Amino acid sequence: MDPILNPFSSGTRLRDMIRAIRACKTAAEERAAIRKECAAIRASINENDPDYRHRNLAKLMFIHMLGYPTHFGQMECLKCIASPGFPEKRIGYLGLMLLLDERQEVLMLVTNSLKQDLNHTNQYIVGLALCALGNICSAEMARDLAPEVERLLQFRDPNIRKKAALCSIRIIKKVPDLAENFVKPATALLKEKHHGVLITAVQLCADLCKVSREALEHIRKKCTEGLVRTLKDLANSSYSPEYDVSGITDPFLHIRLLKLLRLLGEGDADASDSMNDILAQVGTKTESNKVAANAILYECVQTIMSIEGNGGLRVLAIGILGKFLSNRDNNIRYVALNMLMKAVTADPQAVLRYRATILECVKDADASIRKRALELVYVLVNESNVKPLTTELVSYLETCDQDFKGDLTAKICAIVSKFSPEKIWYIDQMIKVLLEAGNFVKDEVWRALIVVISNASELHGYAVRALYKAFQNHNVITLTSIFYQEAFTRVAIWCIGEYGDLLINNVGMLDLEDRITVTESDAVDLIEITIQCHALDFTTKAMALVALLKLSSRFPSCSERIREIIVKYKGNFVLELQQRSIEFNSIIARHQNIRSMLVERMPVLDEATFIGRQAGSLPDAGSISAGSSVSLPNGVAKPADSLVDLLDLNSNDAPAPSSSGGDFLQDLLGVDLSPAAQSGANQTSKSGTDALLDLLSVGSVSRPVESPSAQSNSSAIDILSASKSEKASVSPLDDLSSLSLSSRTTSITGAAPMMDLLDGFASTPPKSENNGTVYPSITAFESSSLQLTFNFSKQPGNSQTTNIQATFINLSSDEYTDFIFQAAVPKFLQLQLDPASGSTLPANGNGSITQNFRVTNSQNGKKSLVMRIRITYKINGKEKLEEGQISNFPRDL
Amino acid sequence: MIHFVLLISRQGKVRLTKWYSPYSQKERSKVIRELSSEILSRGPKLCNFVEWRGFKVVYKRYASLYFCICNDQDDNELETLSIIHHYVETLDRYFGSVCELDLIFNFHKAYFILDEILLAGEMQETSKRTTLRLIAAQEELLEAAKEEASSLSSIIAQATK
Repeated sequence: MDPILNPFSSGTRLRDMIRAIRACKTAAEERAAIRKECAAIRASINENDPDYRHRNLAKLMFIHMLGYPTHFGQMECLKCIASPGFPEKRIGYLGLMLLLDERQEVLMLVTNSLKQDLNHTNQYIVGLALCALGNICSAEMARDLAPEVERLLQFRDPNIRKKAALCSIRIIKKVPDLAENFVKPATALLKEKHHGVLITAVQLCADLCKVSREALEHIRKKCTEGLVRTLKDLANSSYSPEYDVSGITDPFLHIRLLKLLRLLGEGDADASDSMNDILAQVGTKTESNKVAANAILYECVQTIMSIEGNGGLRVLAIGILGKFLSNRDNNIRYVALNMLMKAVTADPQAVLRYRATILECVKDADASIRKRALELVYVLVNESNVKPLTTELVSYLETCDQDFKGDLTAKICAIVSKFSPEKIWYIDQMIKVLLEAGNFVKDEVWRALIVVISNASELHGYAVRALYKAFQNHNVITLTSIFYQEAFTRVAIWCIGEYGDLLINNVGMLDLEDRITVTESDAVDLIEITIQCHALDFTTKAMALVALLKLSSRFPSCSERIREIIVKYKGNFVLELQQRSIEFNSIIARHQNIRSMLVERMPVLDEATFIGRQAGSLPDAGSISAGSSVSLPNGVAKPADSLVDLLDLNSNDAPAPSSSGGDFLQDLLGVDLSPAAQSGANQTSKSGTDALLDLLSVGSVSRPVESPSAQSNSSAIDILSASKSEKASVSPLDDLSSLSLSSRTTSITGAAPMMDLLDGFASTPPKSENNGTVYPSITAFESSSLQLTFNFSKQPGNSQTTNIQATFINLSSDEYTDFIFQAAVPKFLQLQLDPASGSTLPANGNGSITQNFRVTNSQNGKKSLVMRIRITYKINGKEKLEEGQISNFPRDL
Repeated sequence: MIHFVLLISRQGKVRLTKWYSPYSQKERSKVIRELSSEILSRGPKLCNFVEWRGFKVVYKRYASLYFCICNDQDDNELETLSIIHHYVETLDRYFGSVCELDLIFNFHKAYFILDEILLAGEMQETSKRTTLRLIAAQEELLEAAKEEASSLSSIIAQATK
């Protein structure tokens, strides 16, 4: 075919190719056209015809912009750059910047061409090279070409000087060490009159200040005055058509100057002082009705807020922001909110004056503005204004967009939990939030609410009644409605199960409450509706089953009806619900005598532990000593037999009360997927590890086991390690490992009677879940003056990592100060030390220092741990040093 | 500093991309996809700023084209708007009431003009006149090279006659 007639031959002009591609009607057609054109370009590249190189590259760039691969053209860029003519170089550099990025190896090949072009006699070619270098240079190129660029800062033509200045910015960003070479030439450029050179020099100086402390000091000392004068001249300059933007001479230069002054003024009172006048002038004289003017004002405010304080200027700045806030233009309001955010730290009172306007912005139609405003409100909240602000935000929850609810609820929850003045208010607000946007809150939030309610014993009645009322009034769940709030429902049924008796008897009425009449069957109705709702997930239903079991004891008259509801779930597809149904049925029907004990009210959940766990920290195993005398508020005074029963029931799992790490509250609520035996007993026995410990140790007293401790120790460990599963041991195991050994043996002997109790489903094989190995503690080091013991635990899910808690005890009669423990391990191990609990070790074993650390064994299973230690401390100011090697670690760590 | 400049048509077609920070080719197309869907879906009355991956994208629509500039979080958004406007005005003077088609068929010229205004993600020249003068000077060089080439080929043609 004649090449002129075929639009896709290498002979076509760029314009014709673009036209042909634009004429394509479908994406497939376009792809085909581009494939053809690419083939033609490849062929032309292979012929290596220099006449078409220029055109091919231009075409490739267009194809690249449409999103097609063009890597085969990369070498063509380099060839174009290397050719002598200006047109080829120009398109070659453009292609280089567009088709390549600084991480590609090919780029290294261009360094030499760049070097030649930077020294070219044609200033436009020098300009092209500078432009390419400024846009894509890598650290290596920066090192190689920095001297050339530095020289070009003094080039005769200002257009090259300005390009070189910006190129230098890129170079010092890539290689900050080179900064010092540029300080002198950069400051020299600040004296220029040419706006292009001046603005680039100002930017270069700003970046020098950012990368080098010395440069900052130098420029601050030598140039502040000059810069202030330049800004003054600029602000007072008469109309100049070349640089005028809506009545202001070169707003870009204004802004860059203000930016550099900000860097110079920050943290330096003298420099700040010298710029006060000009800032005041710019702040007051700039007419603010055009974008450019507002941009200058905005920059000016930012500088005023950052430099060292001047009360008058700050008032001026906040005033400008206030004006911005009431502007109708969304852009202006956005920047005002942005700026107020920074002003808050300097002057919260001044910002608070605009509270109402800011709250309005939270409700803006514009997502960007809403987000800014919400962040601002969040930092504005304090103890005194938390109530009105929260009320506003909560009321807005009802009307706001779905996609904003997530952010908004998160912030409300954070505000409420941080600043709530009293618990009753906290509970009220959280109920409102859960009702409005319960599906947007995180699990921690509703769990935290339960913890708070559980802790506020005087509010138990109030909370359960409030939840009940809210439930009824809002129709949270009807069988047909799709409006359901999972989180709210969970809290409500938990409370009704726990405090059902307070609900119907109106116990603990507060003055502000209205009396409500709720019958026993009303409460059961509510839970029945819940459990029948298909939209709720099985966790909620499982909680509902537990609540029913509790109510069966609290409301004996409804017991039979409850049993009927529960029985319906014995064939449920969800194993968890099925198991619970069968167990609970068995408890209600056949074990009346222990039921009331089983479903005792939950012991108060420890807020501090909860918060601690939320933060992800491990529970402090050391704080629970064996046979501790922690008294439970409502779980201890029990007859011994029932305790033994309980213990037996529980014993199946005693090695592993399956609370998995952070989910402990889940466990408390009996929602976990643990073996059946546990769920029956968990209302009492699983109330946190403390309770379990207590029960176990009390049990051991009631049934003393006389076995030599060494023996029982090993047997306990056998059992524990026999039931290894892929789930590694979890935090409660640490606690267990510090249990008195006798209690452990009790739990072993208890296996048989437990079968008795749970005969209803004895066919279910008792599973042991979730237990890793427990390792005995070792005495890692002992000298006449010091004893060091290690406790071990494994990190869940990571068999290689061992958590070790080291405990140091001083055996001498002198106090040790400046106590430091150091450890070293061979290469196949990794060691991470946490800070020690203290640095002073009291004499005669009257206290200890503990220190946690983690060892990761990359050869786990093949090599055991080994460690060298060094301990230094001072006795009456005299340095002491002890060293040793520890090789008696348990194997398999 | 400016990390990149994008020109996107209302249909989501890319008309110009300029990268001042290292983005691999793959990341580039992802960025373009993400931002064009976000920006094109915004209503006309909303503010011109979009917070995106810890950066701020300032955009402005001129006829059928969206001009977008991605900035650092603490840069002056209003100034960025002015930079966009400055670029558009320069294009307008160069092409004489510029339209999208001008930028499609002369995309390389749009790049050359941008390269005279911004460099290394910073403002290079604030005078439209200077920018256009520099562009004109370089185009003269092109013409000169072309003439030279054609006169050269005519000399060769004559010599070989």
